[in-house]
Amino acid sequence: MVEWTDEERAAISDIFSKLDYDDIGPKSLSRCLIVYPWTQRYFGGFGNLYNAEAIMNNPLIAKHGTTVLHGLDRALKNMDDIKNTYAELSVLHSEKLHVDPDNFKLLSDCLTIVIAGKMGNAFTPEYQASFQKFLSVVVSALGRQYH
Amino acid sequence: MVEWTDAEKSTISAVWVKVDINEVGPLALARVLIVYPWTQRYFSSFGDVSTPAAIMGNPKVAAHGKVVCGALDKAVKNMGNILAIYKSLSETHANKLFVDPDNFRVLADVLTIVIAAKFGAAFTPEIQATWQKFMKVVVAAMGSRYF
Repeated sequence: MVEWTDEERAAISDIFSKLDYDDIGPKSLSRCLIVYPWTQRYFGGFGNLYNAEAIMNNPLIAKHGTTVLHGLDRALKNMDDIKNTYAELSVLHSEKLHVDPDNFKLLSDCLTIVIAGKMGNAFTPEYQASFQKFLSVVVSALGRQYH
Repeated sequence: MVEWTDAEKSTISAVWVKVDINEVGPLALARVLIVYPWTQRYFSSFGDVSTPAAIMGNPKVAAHGKVVCGALDKAVKNMGNILAIYKSLSETHANKLFVDPDNFRVLADVLTIVIAAKFGAAFTPEIQATWQKFMKVVVAAMGSRYF
C-alpha cells in the first residue's frame, strides 16, 4: 500500500486547491494531443483537430479535459486507496475505450508541465516530488485492470 | 539523421537565449537529486545532499548544474550535429562515470519542467513539442556510446 507523509498530503491538497479545473483540464489534454500527436486517434469523433490552434479551441476537447481532471478528484479524496478507486475506470479504458496505458503517463506529464507553468516558483522541488508520486500512483492504478 | 525545420531551429534558439545557464543549471540538477533521490548516488563526493535544503544550498551541485547546462549550449549551436558533438561525453558517462543512461531522460524531463515554470504561458504547446524533440535527440546522443 502506498504511504503518504503529512507533507506530501499537504502539498498535493495545496496544488489541487489552487487549480482552476476549467482552465488546467483543457490545457493539459490539448497539450497532450499537440505534443504527442498519435493520441489524437482516440478523439476521432471530436471534430477539428487539424492543427494546434484547432485543438486548443475545440470545445469537445476542452470539456473532456475538465472531465479528466475532475477524475483526479477521486484519487485526491481517497489517497489511501487509489488502486481500488480507479478499478472501474481502468476496466473502462482497457475494455471499452481501448486506450494504450502508456498514454496515462503522457497526459500526467503534460499536466505536470501545465501546473509548473502556472505555479512558477511555487512549484517547488518538494511539491514536484509529491505531485509526481501522486500521478504515478494514479497512472499505475489506471493501468492495473489491463489483462 | 535528425531533420529540423527552420521554425524548430529558431524556436530552440529563442527558448535558449532566455535561459540563464547559471540559474537554470543549478535549479535543474538540484531538482533531479530531490525528485529522484537515487540519483544522489552519483554525487556522494559533493558533500551534504541529505535534504532538499542541503541540496539546493550545495555549491558543488550548483557548479555542476552550470557545467551540464553549459554542455547543452553546444547542442543548441550545432543542432545538425548533435550526435557527433556528444560522442565523447557519452563515452565518458558510460565508461568512466558509469551513469545509467535513463538518468539523461530524467534530467531532460526536469529541465523541461524548470523551463515551463520559468516561462509560464509563454511555453506554449508548440514550443513544448519542439523543445521535447530537442531533448529527446540530446538524450539519445548521450546514450549513443553505451553498448
